[in-house]
Amino acid sequence: MQEENFKRGRGLGRGLGKGLRVGPRDGRGRENREKREAGLKPIKVVLAGQPNVGKSMLVNALSKTHKGKVGNYSGVTVDILEVCFTHHCHKIELIDLPGTYSLDAFSQEEKVAKEFLENEDYDVIVNVVDATNLQRNLLLTLELLELNKKMILALNMADEAREDGIEIDTKQLEKILGIPVVLISAKNNEGIEELLNKIHEMAESPTRPHSKIIYSDAVEEEIEKIEKFLDERGFKYKDWTNREVAIALLFKNEKVYKELHDNPIMIELYPLIQESLEHIYTHHETKDIKEIKAAEHAAIARGIVLEVVRSKEMPKSLTLTQKIDAILLNKYLGIPIFLFFMWALFQLTFKFGNIPMEYIDSAISAFGDFVGSYIKNDDLRSLVVDGIIGGVGAVLLFLPNIVILYLGIALLETTGYMSRVAFLLDGFFHKFGLHGKSFIPLVTGFGCSVPAYMAARTLKSKKDRLITLFIIGFMSCGARLPIYVLFTGAFFSQAAAGNILFLIYLSGALIGLIMAKLLRVLVFKGEDDPFVMEMPKYRLPSLKLIWHTVYSNAREYLKKAGTFILAAAILVWFASNYPKSEELHQEFIKQSQNISSKEQKIELENQYNQKQLEQSYLGQIGKATEPFFAPLGFDWKLSVALEAGLAAKEVVVSTLGVLYNIGESDESSDTLKEILRKNISFATAVSFIVFVMLYLPCFAASAVFTKEAGGVKYLVYLVIFTTSVAWIFSFIAYRIAQYFT
Amino acid sequence: MKLTELKKGQKAIIKKIDANPELKQRLFSLGVVKGAEVEVVDCSLGKSTIEIKVGNSLIALRENEANLIEVE
Repeated sequence: MQEENFKRGRGLGRGLGKGLRVGPRDGRGRENREKREAGLKPIKVVLAGQPNVGKSMLVNALSKTHKGKVGNYSGVTVDILEVCFTHHCHKIELIDLPGTYSLDAFSQEEKVAKEFLENEDYDVIVNVVDATNLQRNLLLTLELLELNKKMILALNMADEAREDGIEIDTKQLEKILGIPVVLISAKNNEGIEELLNKIHEMAESPTRPHSKIIYSDAVEEEIEKIEKFLDERGFKYKDWTNREVAIALLFKNEKVYKELHDNPIMIELYPLIQESLEHIYTHHETKDIKEIKAAEHAAIARGIVLEVVRSKEMPKSLTLTQKIDAILLNKYLGIPIFLFFMWALFQLTFKFGNIPMEYIDSAISAFGDFVGSYIKNDDLRSLVVDGIIGGVGAVLLFLPNIVILYLGIALLETTGYMSRVAFLLDGFFHKFGLHGKSFIPLVTGFGCSVPAYMAARTLKSKKDRLITLFIIGFMSCGARLPIYVLFTGAFFSQAAAGNILFLIYLSGALIGLIMAKLLRVLVFKGEDDPFVMEMPKYRLPSLKLIWHTVYSNAREYLKKAGTFILAAAILVWFASNYPKSEELHQEFIKQSQNISSKEQKIELENQYNQKQLEQSYLGQIGKATEPFFAPLGFDWKLSVALEAGLAAKEVVVSTLGVLYNIGESDESSDTLKEILRKNISFATAVSFIVFVMLYLPCFAASAVFTKEAGGVKYLVYLVIFTTSVAWIFSFIAYRIAQYFT
Repeated sequence: MKLTELKKGQKAIIKKIDANPELKQRLFSLGVVKGAEVEVVDCSLGKSTIEIKVGNSLIALRENEANLIEVE
């Protein structure tokens, strides 16, 4: 790769792109093999930093790929993300840790980060910090320094800092910390090359720079005592200096204690440490060493900022944020504004989403007819046209709606508004036994339950997490949208459909809240989790990121349509077409010979198809479960569609497509909407919508739920819980709707 | 005086944090430590949640947690 390439901003992307290989966990085996073949050892770089410092953005800038979603609330990257690429013929393996405020394992993500940093094998830590909020970010930096690993400090958001009139003396900062400092802007690809070079230098250097942090006099005195003691005995621990060992011992570093536990030197050390700690305790007027460490770090960070940062009284971006907050967090306007945003989102989803839908619809049916005309074999044609094209097509139809919905959620995430909503709603949520932070997984649930279940990890207390997990399913996911669009379109006027859609989502959410309260009162009793949350600065959403989020979600949806839903569509088609009753067929042929009028013929054919369907595998399943669904007004077809929806919610629509399209054989093919309107009563439709709104999430989501909740027994609870809630509410809705029609 | 007693826009210095170790640690890592200056920026309806500014960070707290922080 050419050096010049990196000098130019855009060349960087091209240059890196060539050697780029993106591989989350599974790519590792390949990686190792290639390493051996090339005789190169990849440089393993760990990105660590507090939430909202643009770490994921840096991953994008470094690798020029868009792996890993970037958002503006804490904890978007819940799992550890790995990206590999080549720089100067060196493979670099990038590990993006979840953002953590400290290494004290407060939440699950912090545990993940801490365990990785302490126990895994890697070459360099790149500590990403927000240059506009250095003082607080340094608190984590100071903790990271105590890990005594090779480390580089990347001061991100250099552009924002400049705009805010913040000047940072990086040379001085390097001197104080003892590690290299690079000023970068991941957004503008600024300083990225320098950072990569520093990573190289650091990885290849045989020695590790040692932290030059100086603690308060009281602590320094004790450090020196212990250091001297260790020096005198020629003690050596790993590549640590004895000063580093002394600091770890004084601050009760559990890992160091564990490893030195059997070392005879500890017999002499213990009394010495005890004495030193007593001194420190007296000085700090507390016996909590963690508090002492925090106070020391806070003082050091304050000192560093005083020395290296020159800024105006108040950064511009922060003032702006506070000005926007004054409106969006206004006591009286805040919640109406939020509700308006949500309402607008659903209106957009429906109104704009409908425009391309008609085109897609006619394109799909034209495509089906076109393909069908080339297939001679009846069974095969039925499989391809009705099964595959019909099934998958029904799902493709809803791509525009999905894209708009994801666009909205991505905007909420990246601007920082999501955290504000958590703030606004906490008081309200708290009354229902939920945490303000539950809002984030719950809103994500409107997109897809899978990431929503994972997002619930940001909740620290197990009770809060479980309650949230249990009600996420009530937030209608994007995959249920096609069902709603289909039914609202069929049973309500075009003008009302958007509002009905909003109402569906809203009532799902409300039922979720009521259920949360019930769970809190009856099942998960006890203390509340504290609510302490950072409100990130408002940031203009980066188009790149929004595009990436929407694109990857749309791709995911299409991929699902092409694989899972395709398979399900074929399965449903098969189950609805077989076994074929020869008896019925003979009877049909006999009867059709006696009929001449076209209408009667169609009538007869429909009856025949209906009968065939009823005795098919699918019909048998539907019939068997019909009694369970009968009080809700569902016939066996709707029962089957719901059961097929357990595989994936999109399959409900494609199943209905397969089940109801069979009846039509003339050229003026009715759309599914019209067929439904003819076959289903209004009350049944309402009841069906309610059931879909509340019943068990899809197979993939259930699997993730089981993992996040921590056991199969929770899945059993979830099945019982959601099914009974769905059944009861559908029953009520059905009766009410019947009463009014 | 407790943090909750501050009015919107008022500033004070943190004197003592009387929380359990975990919560304390979280507050520390956000820069809420003894000696730091806090300003109440906003509060939600009924003061159930308040927004404070410490250093250059905006932090949201529930009333229960804010009550554990003593300021002067």
